[in-house]
Amino acid sequence: MTSTNQIRMPAGGASASPAGPRTTGRAAAHASARRAETRRKWYEIIGLTTPAVLIYVMFVLVPMGFAVYYSLFRWRGVGPPTEFVGLRNYTLAFQDPIFLDALRNNAIIVFGSLLIQGPIALGIALLLNRRFRGRAVFRLLVFVPYVLAEVTVGIMWKLLLTGDGTVDALLRSLGLGGLVQAWLADLDVVIWTLLAVLTWKYVGFAIILLLAGLSNVPDELTEAAAIDGASWWQIQRHVTIPLLGPTIRIWMFLSMIGSLQVFDIIWVTSVPAVRSLGASATMATYMVDNGFFARLWGYGNAVAVILFAISFVAALLFQRFLLRRDIAGAITGKAK
Amino acid sequence: MAVNSALSRPTGRRPASWGTPLTYALALAVAAVSIAPVIYVIVGGFRTTPQIVADPAGLPDPIVWDNYARVLTQSNFWQQAFNSAVIALGTTLAVVVLGLAAAFVLARYTFRGREGLYTFFTLGLLFPAGAAILPLYLMLRDLNLVNSYYAVILPQVAFSLPLTIVILRPFLSAIPRELEDAAAIDGASRLGFLWRVAMPLSRPALVTVGVLAFVASWNAFLLPLLVLGDVNLHTLPLGVQNFSSQYTTDTAGVLAFTSLAMLPALLFFTLAEKQIVGGLQGAVKG
Repeated sequence: MTSTNQIRMPAGGASASPAGPRTTGRAAAHASARRAETRRKWYEIIGLTTPAVLIYVMFVLVPMGFAVYYSLFRWRGVGPPTEFVGLRNYTLAFQDPIFLDALRNNAIIVFGSLLIQGPIALGIALLLNRRFRGRAVFRLLVFVPYVLAEVTVGIMWKLLLTGDGTVDALLRSLGLGGLVQAWLADLDVVIWTLLAVLTWKYVGFAIILLLAGLSNVPDELTEAAAIDGASWWQIQRHVTIPLLGPTIRIWMFLSMIGSLQVFDIIWVTSVPAVRSLGASATMATYMVDNGFFARLWGYGNAVAVILFAISFVAALLFQRFLLRRDIAGAITGKAK
Repeated sequence: MAVNSALSRPTGRRPASWGTPLTYALALAVAAVSIAPVIYVIVGGFRTTPQIVADPAGLPDPIVWDNYARVLTQSNFWQQAFNSAVIALGTTLAVVVLGLAAAFVLARYTFRGREGLYTFFTLGLLFPAGAAILPLYLMLRDLNLVNSYYAVILPQVAFSLPLTIVILRPFLSAIPRELEDAAAIDGASRLGFLWRVAMPLSRPALVTVGVLAFVASWNAFLLPLLVLGDVNLHTLPLGVQNFSSQYTTDTAGVLAFTSLAMLPALLFFTLAEKQIVGGLQGAVKG
């Protein structure tokens, strides 16, 4: 057991029993009082944590267990599942070219988000970390896309990107008419368009985290470097950015998990026809299309288990190799 | 740790000066890319669809109020805003109460299995919430909860608990032991200490987790999409999506509806920016 400088009370049943000689009545009374105290402590622990544990188990863990069970059946969702098919739903998924497209799209989004958002966010965070008048306002404006609902963002960009819409008109007026594409209809273009929309939406989140990391860099360090004659860029390059390592790794982790299960913006922005051809499908949209809307419940649950397994393995690998020291084992529970 | 850095951060050590023109040029460019689309949507709501089609990037001339008026009077906007508010408030309240109770135990009690319980909750941070949506729907259906506020509130509470506990625990741990001893001398039980001392002291952290839960709920789409088939229970995100697919030719109307739907989020963010940003930052640092 780990004992920190917290509540000083009899810890567990063993130490609650009297250690000294049980000769006087007073000691016995004392012991029974302590036992009552221990019992009360456990009532409190159980009473205070049970509601949270119950709701967490019931709505987070139990459904995932059911998904594994349902995934072994061919099932239209009516009555209990009866037609056991073993692992066939899984093999079917990996034989479906649309699902493989969805996997590829998720990979594009995971790596595209990391490679594009990371440098952009770092640049903007360094910029907004400089002291200048009006900085607070600029920070507020940069965060705006992040707080908007995904649905709103999706519909907004869908309208902006329609054929001969605002984006096209803007490009033409800038003399860049040659760049105009069927942004959301061209099967080869749509996933990159969606990646751009996702970047617009989520780069603010990376900036928020990086600014927090920057605020932790002691002024003394950058001031000392400045006194030694380092330029602004040299200070960023050799002092500030190396100290951001933990923040960058945590952002990478959160971005990766988010990218693997991305649904809302894809679903709203891309046309169902394009999605059903695989050009803009992700694992999550594929799962909802097949499981919920096409009522292939067994199959949909198999996709859910695959999505879960991929995310979980990716998370554990990331934890193991990159995050170890950063969250101080908050997730693996090794620290403390 | 979040608490300490919040307390010790020097405020205004040096007076802010004017930056270089290059700094402002870059900052302006970044800000423009961030909010130009939003402004376009709001402004577009003041135009007519033929105007938008003829000149997508033009300004309203003359200003048309009709789209906003139409959305506010003839659509389900108010009903959906009400549903969103009920669900978001219910979620927030439950998350804060349950999260505080659990985090208090994890922070201030010493007992066998404490770290195990904490790890158990933090596992939820690794858990891709979207993956469980199908079996979650099936379970809610079997419990006869589909098409009720609970169908959204209960799972949202469950999925918000891990982050809430991760943010609250260090805050509650940081309360000095002397305060607890003093409360005990004054005759307060541990629960009295939670109610009279720990809760008021951790109010900033409680506001933060509350705001984060509220925003997540207000913006949620996938869960409501699956479990709220009843149009009368639809939340704003579902409403925006329906409106835009129902009136595809009424671009101006869609712009107006979208603007009105994002207005609460924008207002809320302007008011609670410190809590949202600070909360996300605290969660990572904690």
